[in-house]
Amino acid sequence: MTNATFAAPAIALENVTVTYNRHPAVHHVSGALTRGSLTAIAGPNGAGKSTLLRAIMGELKPAEGQIDRAIPSRDYGYLPQAADINRRFPVSVIDTVVTGAWKRAGAFGGIGKAERQKASEALVAVGLEGFEARPIGSLSAGQFQRTLFARLLLQDASVIILDEPFTAIDSRTTQDLIDIVLRWHGEGRTVVAVLHDHEQVRAHFPQTLLIAREMIGWGPTEEVMTAQNLRRAQALAERWDDNAPVCEVSA
Amino acid sequence: MSAYDLLIAPFMDYGFMRRALVACLCLALGAAPIGMFLSMRRMSLMGDALSHAVLPGAAIGYLIAGSLSLTAMGIGGLVAGLSVALLAGVVSRMTVLQEDASFASFYLISLAVGVLIVSLRGSNIDLLHVLFGTILAIDNNALILMGVITSVTLVALAVLYRPLVIDCFDPGFLRAVGGRGPLIHALFMLMVVLNLVASFQALGTLMAVGLMMLPAAIAQLWARTLPAMLAISVATAFISGYAGLIISYHLELASGPTIIVSAAALYVASLVVAPSGVMSRYIRRPHLAN
Repeated sequence: MTNATFAAPAIALENVTVTYNRHPAVHHVSGALTRGSLTAIAGPNGAGKSTLLRAIMGELKPAEGQIDRAIPSRDYGYLPQAADINRRFPVSVIDTVVTGAWKRAGAFGGIGKAERQKASEALVAVGLEGFEARPIGSLSAGQFQRTLFARLLLQDASVIILDEPFTAIDSRTTQDLIDIVLRWHGEGRTVVAVLHDHEQVRAHFPQTLLIAREMIGWGPTEEVMTAQNLRRAQALAERWDDNAPVCEVSA
Repeated sequence: MSAYDLLIAPFMDYGFMRRALVACLCLALGAAPIGMFLSMRRMSLMGDALSHAVLPGAAIGYLIAGSLSLTAMGIGGLVAGLSVALLAGVVSRMTVLQEDASFASFYLISLAVGVLIVSLRGSNIDLLHVLFGTILAIDNNALILMGVITSVTLVALAVLYRPLVIDCFDPGFLRAVGGRGPLIHALFMLMVVLNLVASFQALGTLMAVGLMMLPAAIAQLWARTLPAMLAISVATAFISGYAGLIISYHLELASGPTIIVSAAALYVASLVVAPSGVMSRYIRRPHLAN
C-alpha cells in the first residue's frame, strides 16, 4: 500500500456536532479516518464516543457539520455497544454468523455451500469450532462476542466500527479478538474502535482520537495520549446546564 | 358409536362442518406462524389489541351490508385494523408514547366504538356473533377470502423469512446493513391484520388471536429451533381446530370457544409435560461430565 492511498480519507468529519435535545454530545469535531488506518477512540463516560460512531454509521444526523464517506456506509461492519440482540431468540451460532453474508446474498439471495464454509472458517478463526449448532442463548458473554466477530469476518467490510468490543470479556478472549483486529488492519481495512483500556490503545492502535465531547486530540497515539490531554479529558463536566446559552462557535 | 361416527361422519354429513374444518386449516397454516413471529417479537399482546381494533370496521361493514355478511365485515375489519396499526405507529413516532401504549389506547377506543355501532342496529345475538365468531356460518365467499389470505401469508413469509428473522433477534444489524427494518415491520403488521381478519370470521373479535398465540406458546415449550416451532404451531392449531369442531358437534357446544378451549387444554398439558415445561424442573437428572 503506497503512502498516497494511505492518506486518502475513508471517512472525513467536518466540524461535526451531534446533539440530544439541542445539548451537544459531540461538539465541533473535525478530522479524518484515513483508509487502512487503525484508530482507537478514547475518552471518559459520556464523552460522545458511541454517539460519534452512530453518526458515522448514519444512525444519527449531525446537527451541524458534515460527514463525508468516501466508502458508503453499507460497506461498514458495525458492532454496537451492548448490541440490541434478543439472546433468547431460537437461532443457532452458525445461522447468526451466516447473516454476515447479507451484503452478497441480500434479503432473498441464496446462501450456498461456499458461504456456509466461510462461516465455519470464521468460527474456527474466533476459536468457536464445534459451536455451529448451539443456540445463541446458551453462549457465555465472551463466546457471544466471538460469534459477533465471526459475523464481522464474514461481512468482509472495508470499514469496521467497534464500540467497546472488549467490555466484560476475559483477557484470553480479548487477546484473540485483538489479533483479529490486527489482522483486519494488516488486510488494509479501516478499523475504528472505542476502548477504555489505555494500555490496549497504546499497545495496538497507531492512531487515537481522544474526545470529551470536544475533541481533545486526534493523531498518532503517543502524541495524543499524553498525561496532560488525559487530564483535560477527565475534567469533562458530565452534567448539562439546562440553561446553557446557544453555542457561538462559528461553523 | 364407531370411530367413523365419532371422528369423520360430522364432516361427511354436513357442509358447514366441512367449511369450518377448511377454515381451521387456513387459520392453522396462516395465523399460527404469524402468531409465532408475534411472540418472537414480544408483541403477543399487541396482536390481541389489534384484533379488537378490527371490530369497528367490521361493525360498519355489517351496518352497510345489513346482515352478517362476512365479506363486508372482512373488508371493513381490514381497513380498521390497518388504520389502527398505522395510527399507533405514527403516534409512537411523533410523541413520547411507546407503541404498546398507543396500541392500548386505540384498541380500547375501537372496541367501544365497534360495540356501539353494532348495538345501534343489531340485536344482542349479532353482537355475540361479532364478539365470538360464527365459524359454522362461514360461507363459500368467506372461505375464499380466508384461503386467499392464507396463501398470501405463506408466500410473504417465505419471501420475507430472512429479514424478518434477523429483525426479530438483531434489528440493529438489519439497520446497519441497510435491510429496511421499518418496511419489514410494516409488511409484517399487514400480515398480522390480514390474518386477524381471517380469524375474526371464525372466532370473533375477542378470540381471534386464540389460534395465533396459544399454538405459539405451545411450540415454544416443545421446540428449540424456529423451523420446528413453526411446524408445531401449525400442527397444534389445526389439531385444536379439528378437536374443537368434533367436541362441539357431539356435545352441542359453541364451536369457537370449544376450539380455543381445546388449544388451551394442549397448552396446559404442554406447560406440565413439555421439555421446557414445569415438570422438567422437578425431574432431577444427574449432571453431565462435560
